[in-house]
Amino acid sequence: MTEALDRGAAQRPLLSLRDINVTFGGVRALKNVSFEVLPGEVHCLAGENGSGKSTLIKVITGVYRPEPGAVIEYGGETYTHMSPVTAQAAGIQVIWQDLALFPEMSVAENIAFQTVVGRRPRLVDYGRMREAATAALKRLGVTLDVDRPLKDFPIAQRQIVAIARALVGEARIVFMDEPTASLTQSETDCLLDIVRTLSASGVAVVFVSHRLAEVLEISSRLTVLRDGALVGVYPTEGMTQSRITELMTGKMFDQTVRARPMEGRPVVLEVDRLTRAGLFEDISFTVRQGETLAITGLLGAGRTELALALFGMLRPTSGSIRLEGRPVRFSSNRDAIRAGIAYLSEDRLSLGLIQPQSIADNLVMASYDRLLTGGLLSERRKRDLVADWIRRLAVKIGRQEDAISTLSGGNQQRVAIAKWLATNPKLLILDSPTVGVDVGARAGIFDIVAKLAAEGLAIILITDEVPEAYFNADRVLHMANGRMANWFDPRATALADIEAAVYA
Amino acid sequence: MPKALHSHGTEIVLLAVIVVLSLGLGLSTERFLTLGNAFDLLNISAVNIIFAVGLLVVLIAGGIDISFAVAASVVQYVTAVILGSIGGGEWISGFLIAASIGILLGVFNAFLIHTFKIISIVATIATFNIYFGLLMFFTRGVSIYNLPDWLTTRVILFEHQTADGSWIEITLPVLVMVVCVIATSFLIGRTTIGRQLYAFGDNPEGARRFGIDIGAMQYIAFGWLGLMAGIGGLVQAHYAQEVVPNALYGRELDVLAAVVLGGARLGGGKGTVIGCVLGVLLISITQNGLNLLGVSPYAFKMIVGAIILVAIALSNSRLERLFGTARSQGARS
Amino acid sequence: MNAAVTPARATLGARLKALVGPEMAGPVLAFVAVVVVFSLVSPQFLSRATFGAVGFQLPELGLLTLAMLLPVLTGGLNLAITFTANISGLTVAWILHANGGLEAPMPVFALACLAAIAVGASTGVVMGLVIAYTRAHPILVSLSMMIFLRGLGEFLTRGGDVSGFPSYVQPIGHGTLVGLPVPLLIFIGCVLAWHVLLTRTKLGFNTFMIGSNIEAARYSGVNTRKVLVLVYTLSGAMCAIAGIIMLARFNSVRVGHGESYLLITVLACFLGGVNPFGGFGRVIPVFVALVVLQLLSSGLNLVGANQHLATAVWGILLITVMVLRWVAGRIGPFKPGKG
Repeated sequence: MTEALDRGAAQRPLLSLRDINVTFGGVRALKNVSFEVLPGEVHCLAGENGSGKSTLIKVITGVYRPEPGAVIEYGGETYTHMSPVTAQAAGIQVIWQDLALFPEMSVAENIAFQTVVGRRPRLVDYGRMREAATAALKRLGVTLDVDRPLKDFPIAQRQIVAIARALVGEARIVFMDEPTASLTQSETDCLLDIVRTLSASGVAVVFVSHRLAEVLEISSRLTVLRDGALVGVYPTEGMTQSRITELMTGKMFDQTVRARPMEGRPVVLEVDRLTRAGLFEDISFTVRQGETLAITGLLGAGRTELALALFGMLRPTSGSIRLEGRPVRFSSNRDAIRAGIAYLSEDRLSLGLIQPQSIADNLVMASYDRLLTGGLLSERRKRDLVADWIRRLAVKIGRQEDAISTLSGGNQQRVAIAKWLATNPKLLILDSPTVGVDVGARAGIFDIVAKLAAEGLAIILITDEVPEAYFNADRVLHMANGRMANWFDPRATALADIEAAVYA
Repeated sequence: MPKALHSHGTEIVLLAVIVVLSLGLGLSTERFLTLGNAFDLLNISAVNIIFAVGLLVVLIAGGIDISFAVAASVVQYVTAVILGSIGGGEWISGFLIAASIGILLGVFNAFLIHTFKIISIVATIATFNIYFGLLMFFTRGVSIYNLPDWLTTRVILFEHQTADGSWIEITLPVLVMVVCVIATSFLIGRTTIGRQLYAFGDNPEGARRFGIDIGAMQYIAFGWLGLMAGIGGLVQAHYAQEVVPNALYGRELDVLAAVVLGGARLGGGKGTVIGCVLGVLLISITQNGLNLLGVSPYAFKMIVGAIILVAIALSNSRLERLFGTARSQGARS
Repeated sequence: MNAAVTPARATLGARLKALVGPEMAGPVLAFVAVVVVFSLVSPQFLSRATFGAVGFQLPELGLLTLAMLLPVLTGGLNLAITFTANISGLTVAWILHANGGLEAPMPVFALACLAAIAVGASTGVVMGLVIAYTRAHPILVSLSMMIFLRGLGEFLTRGGDVSGFPSYVQPIGHGTLVGLPVPLLIFIGCVLAWHVLLTRTKLGFNTFMIGSNIEAARYSGVNTRKVLVLVYTLSGAMCAIAGIIMLARFNSVRVGHGESYLLITVLACFLGGVNPFGGFGRVIPVFVALVVLQLLSSGLNLVGANQHLATAVWGILLITVMVLRWVAGRIGPFKPGKG
């Protein structure tokens, strides 16, 4: 559609798609998209949620069939569409975001599962399975006990198992859908090393990721999709994060540091030497009225555990919490909510919101008591409350009774925030509020955060994206290995210095 | 050993409970720890074990079946009628007829579940009512007592009188049970189909993306249970020497309790044949022991129910935490 | 709950929809079909006699279905309902027998009923505690409770009947009040209570939330353990009411009475559009589904079939409704199951 750059040194593409159109119920999910992958390259496919990335992967792997006129060239053959069987047989492998592994089965079986698939029943050759699994792990330079059930391993290892599985399938091209979403930094680094190993051995890797830093670090070329159409193909050399954001959203974002001085305002929360053995230790800080305190650090630094302790869901082993000067001790999160603390979970899909239930019910869940008159619900009050919050946070919805899952990530997060604001909190803890939220919609979330702070709410913002902390908080606390590592003042420090300290 | 403890925690705990229980009963009663009694136990438990291994396959594949016990009743009745009309038949034709009808009834469940996307508990509660209602309607609740002689004659494959005077008997039901256990164990542990069933129960979406034929999985799982129900039905008729239309009514829940006690998971992907057999045996041993201790038969079920309740409560609270897999409440940060 | 409220001024249509919801299509369709078919086949079908019979037979199954409904909404099941009802009935019987038998005064009966409800509720408390604190699967917990209660009842009664109650007990099972059967009135009262519980109270709201995602509900400050215990307690108490009605109708108590209703109650819930995974369902459609089931069996009775054929037809009806939902889900905007 637009610029097609860098065909390399006339290298013949391994995979090439042209004129791909896909329509779902009248909505065009892909419009005349073309896409190319060179042998052995690391290619990044970028785009916001709903831009057509996953649809494109599903066309390539044969899950969806494109409209007639499509041309797919792969390994010297031309197809009008793929099927899952041909795609897999031809060495096209996908590592889905949810990994599609089998937790109860052994690592060996997960890796070599290919050998038990097929219509014709056969006997299982566990010996061969174990060999294939061990060999695949060896190619990745990893050793795991292949006889143990997969459920015993943490997510990072499972990711490796998923990659090893792709190798057993004689992969020539591997698609990785958001592979780093739930990995810590060191785990991510390890994964990126594995990707380099794969690429060096001639396997092409297509990386689908939101995390722009990784995109720049690992890939040589970048394909950007927006609203189901191709924006362009670019070399990653010389590309910046903000340029990619701009390409993905079609908008310019210029960010300024929002930090303001907070001295002299009344203290809302005071944490003193708070410790939970094994998870975090000796944490002390204060949050003042109207202040936004960011807590950053890598995955596994103890941030969420600290938040859960403040929210009464994890009992601290020592130390104290004071709320507006009074010491508090919570036996459950209900105590914390009553005392005026709200916690927006990092896992919006399974903990933050109840996906199948309605927008209205999700919104009133934490403040239901306020809707009761003599023990019975007032429908009218509920309707008005929901309508009021929908308006105040500018949530785009159809009807109040629609399932919350019908909303976009950004709008879901607004409802989740509204749910907590409806409890009238003094302190709002936002744990990774932009996970799974489009780049374009993130700014809207932070506008809300800024407005709430201006109204006097004390806010703790937990994020592993340092720029988010830098631009949106008044102070930044860096946690590492369960301890406080550094304090930063965004007005006095450069973003690069904080990033250097955190990612060190 | 820690490894075995890890992967077969439920089975080992069950075995330990059975051993302790047996020792206790052996010390407090004279008869319990005799070979004769042990073989009695096997004879009594044979039919339930046949049902249990069939149900296990459905549970592993992520389904549940409420209808298999009444399906077995239908099989008994129809087989008896067919045998009568073909002039008696013998064991081979009997098994062939029973197996075919059983498979047919099981496959009908799979058809409803797969074609119309009705979840298994809904579909099988419906077929439970259909099978049982029609059976009672057409038979008017009348039992069949004049079964062919070959079916009602006890088949003793091996017998031996021990020094204490009791008889060790291996009867046909036990042999059939052993064959069913080995066949099921082979199916789910040694064939690619079995591993696909586990995978499908463990993560249906992942299995689908691998190109596993979901429909085939449903038909195989429910067909296998149907087969076991058919065989179990015939063996039960042989054991009881009569066909009573509502004799197996309610058995489905007892067998379900035993299978889950044996470590199978409602929801799929987990369960072993050994655990399943131990689950049934534990319940039989408890009843047998209570009997030998002279406890009123009316109290059996009460005590068995209490034991299962305690076992389930304990296995869910303590063991999970002891043997790993316990999810700590703190999410990853 | 989850009352479908369209913003601000809800129209009458919207209000009606809020009351019954999209689950209603199946039961209403079945209702119309049953009434039309049987009134064509049998001229006596549309008569007072039919509806009188339905009015007297409906409550037993109906009350047990209400007892099943709450656990199903939380994503569980209560397989102990029928034996809980039996044990509660036995409680009444014994208290009456211990205090004069046929001559027992009315206050004793009232007290006996309260004791029965307490007994029913306490079985629920035990199950609720086990489910809430050990996270054991409700099917298993209630199944073992069922086996226990059956054994307990058989142990205590030696498998026999307990009968012989004061004469004023009978009208509860057979009498009429302003032309309506007394048991039906009691049942309708319970239906309304359940409707209010589920649409207007915090417990009802939390029941649905837990049914969809218990962890997310906990993170939002729902006391999930308390809700589970209360749900099973109320379920047990409702079983006791069913047990008292059964005692009055049969004028005796036997362990095993109503056993065949167990899976029918689950069937009625699903027929009434309750989501088998929990989280969605309404009382009124379930009520209509129950009426349909009872009309079906009365109609079949009129044309000479027995209860067993009716049972089979109930099963076929459930499959028919599920297949129609599947068809509707494929051709229309109505999504099956979750409605």
